[in-house]
Amino acid sequence: MNFQDIIFYFFSTVLIASALGVITVRNPVYSALLLVLAFVTCAGLWLLLEAEFLAITLVLVYVGAVMVLFLFVVMMLDINLEKLREGFWKWFPLGGLVALVMVVEIAMIMLGQHFSLEEMPAPEPKAADYSNTKELGRLLYTEYVYAFELAAVLLLVAMVAAIALTLRHREDKKTLDVAKQVSVNKKDRLRIISMPADKKN
Amino acid sequence: MVSLSHYLVLGAILFAIGIVGIFLNRKNVIIILMSIELMLLAVNMNFVAFSHYLQDISGQIFVFFILTVAAAEAAIGLAILVVLFRNLRTINVDDLDQLKG
Repeated sequence: MNFQDIIFYFFSTVLIASALGVITVRNPVYSALLLVLAFVTCAGLWLLLEAEFLAITLVLVYVGAVMVLFLFVVMMLDINLEKLREGFWKWFPLGGLVALVMVVEIAMIMLGQHFSLEEMPAPEPKAADYSNTKELGRLLYTEYVYAFELAAVLLLVAMVAAIALTLRHREDKKTLDVAKQVSVNKKDRLRIISMPADKKN
Repeated sequence: MVSLSHYLVLGAILFAIGIVGIFLNRKNVIIILMSIELMLLAVNMNFVAFSHYLQDISGQIFVFFILTVAAAEAAIGLAILVVLFRNLRTINVDDLDQLKG
């Protein structure tokens, strides 16, 4: 058992344990924090697979942004946990059975000879000056540039949707309505009264 | 040595944990969203493992796009959750029956 195997088994154990924690702990805040741990260990495994850019992206985007968003939402909502935990283990036999059947089926195929080291040997480690980011960028901005732009538009739409959904219109806010200001007419505001001139003495 | 099947079985276990999470926490929308994130992580793990063992970097591009879509999905899902809580004062899935009939 060499060093890479030890790292793989260590990270996978932590990953599975924290994933089990995410779905079973009582407090959603702990489950969000355990999900952070799962993402970080997964990033470690991706480093082992020489996907350096994606590993860093996973930590920055997921742990830095998405999970912080989750934590904010969890802490903002004042929810009754006891009610949500009712009948927690009721569906466990069915769910566990489905999951077990799935894992066994997938493992029967994956542990066969098609994906073993003989069929798919581990590739040679890359040279020290090889840049995963550079390769990824080269491919992303040439062959997949259309999909890249679509992803950018998708993120914009998601941002607008999230803001539009949560924006609250208050009745008593004092901001100015520019459209209303521009469309004002003279006759709405100015009243011309005819008054007889006073007599001079 | 760690082979490709190790990573694939790890991905399968992660995916199964995500499914069990939806079964167990079927009343709590937040944990359901987290379970979906776990399942997406399992898929990404498979993509990265195949990309490494087949020496084809296109798999990592796919993971890049899945991360984008997952981030958008989490943002919109949480926004819907906040609006839901503001209107109903609950996030219990059983209480979301207003479209019934």
